[in-house]
Amino acid sequence: MADIKARIAARAAKEFKDGFVANLGIGLPTLVADYLPEDVHVVIHSENGFTGLGGVAKKGEEDYRVINAGGGWVTHMPFANFFGSEESFSIIRGGHLDATVLGAMQVDEEGNLANWIVPGKMVAGMGGAMDLVVGAKKVIIAMQHTQKGAPKILKKCTLPLTARKCVDMIITEMCVMEYKPEGLTLTELHPEFTVEDVRAATEATFIVADDLKAMEEK
Amino acid sequence: MKNKIVTAAEAVAAIKDGDTIMVSGFLGTGSPEILLDALVEKGVKHLTLIANDGGLRAEFTGTTDKGVAKLITAGMVDHIIASHIGMNPDIGNGALAGTMKYTLYPQGTLAEKIRAAGAGLGGVLTPTGVGTIVAEGKETLTIEGKEYLLELPLHADFALCRADYCDAFGNFAMLKATKNFNHVMAMAADTVILASEQVFEIGEKDPDFYQVAGVYVDYIVKGEKPWQI
Repeated sequence: MADIKARIAARAAKEFKDGFVANLGIGLPTLVADYLPEDVHVVIHSENGFTGLGGVAKKGEEDYRVINAGGGWVTHMPFANFFGSEESFSIIRGGHLDATVLGAMQVDEEGNLANWIVPGKMVAGMGGAMDLVVGAKKVIIAMQHTQKGAPKILKKCTLPLTARKCVDMIITEMCVMEYKPEGLTLTELHPEFTVEDVRAATEATFIVADDLKAMEEK
Repeated sequence: MKNKIVTAAEAVAAIKDGDTIMVSGFLGTGSPEILLDALVEKGVKHLTLIANDGGLRAEFTGTTDKGVAKLITAGMVDHIIASHIGMNPDIGNGALAGTMKYTLYPQGTLAEKIRAAGAGLGGVLTPTGVGTIVAEGKETLTIEGKEYLLELPLHADFALCRADYCDAFGNFAMLKATKNFNHVMAMAADTVILASEQVFEIGEKDPDFYQVAGVYVDYIVKGEKPWQI
């Protein structure tokens, strides 16, 4: 499991260019920061109100004023800047965020995303997720391909949406898929899997890219 | 100059059953703990609470409830208007039991609804939530080919805010990630109460030392403390 998460996070990290401003969701997406090449400096945005998120704060060195969006004690970079929620979300919606990496419960053929609510189950709330996927220039979904074998990449999302047609790219342990003008396209395949394996684990119809590449083995 | 400096008990004395209050903070960071303690001590009921989230319960912090969790634990809140309630299970359980109601808005929408109330705007247009259940019952406008939701202002009877430092006029500043909803909430309530770690005399510091205008602030309470980790 740790290997699968590392593989997905490492592949997502390749989407980042030097100087990107990005927001990473809680969980697997947070790991992406650990796989950035040394020459790629990314400014991490924390939606509770700052740019220049560092890492997890060491025990005993926590600053009671510095948390991340999950409530954990974190550090900040020397170039950090702190602001209120109104400005934090102006950064998100205003087109100042190059990318966001989030998990998903369901994604579909049209790029619709469901990742915030399951009817009948305890509701957590959308927090900043709806703003992030509407506002970020590139929305990358980093997740395991299936939920214990059940497809998560569907023809049509059945859960309430987080946003319509917002996803640009899906990265899983099996493959990379991108939303292109001609439709959802398989662009990279991990050497452990075949195209047929991906089809079996995916409900959505997808095109196989002419120049299908191998996803880096990890 | 009118004296705005009062005790925490005096500051919350006018908050009554059924009022709508907004409280700053993000999972408790940036919340005015001494005002929340005073409000719990006073013991009002049936509040509508506007806050980003439900704060953190003592089990999570390892010490005491943090932020608005204090009000929820004390059973003082009938309705919470927030963006995220998953970190405080009392809200979900209260909704199941029928003792508490919640209304959710996307976090950026919540901030802008509050800002709109404080800025005298009739609402804001946001692309966030279009095509989702958040859009239900709301007007949608198409501007230059893009769809937006009309989100209306959110106003409160009282706002409870936290500063690192202020002056006796109420000009104030917040450091690092304690800012969150403090500025917009200080603009959007009939009565604004500010708890501050430090209170300087008027004129003691240069005006540029402060971030938010004291004209919003009605009461100042000294003695807010750093959160003990």
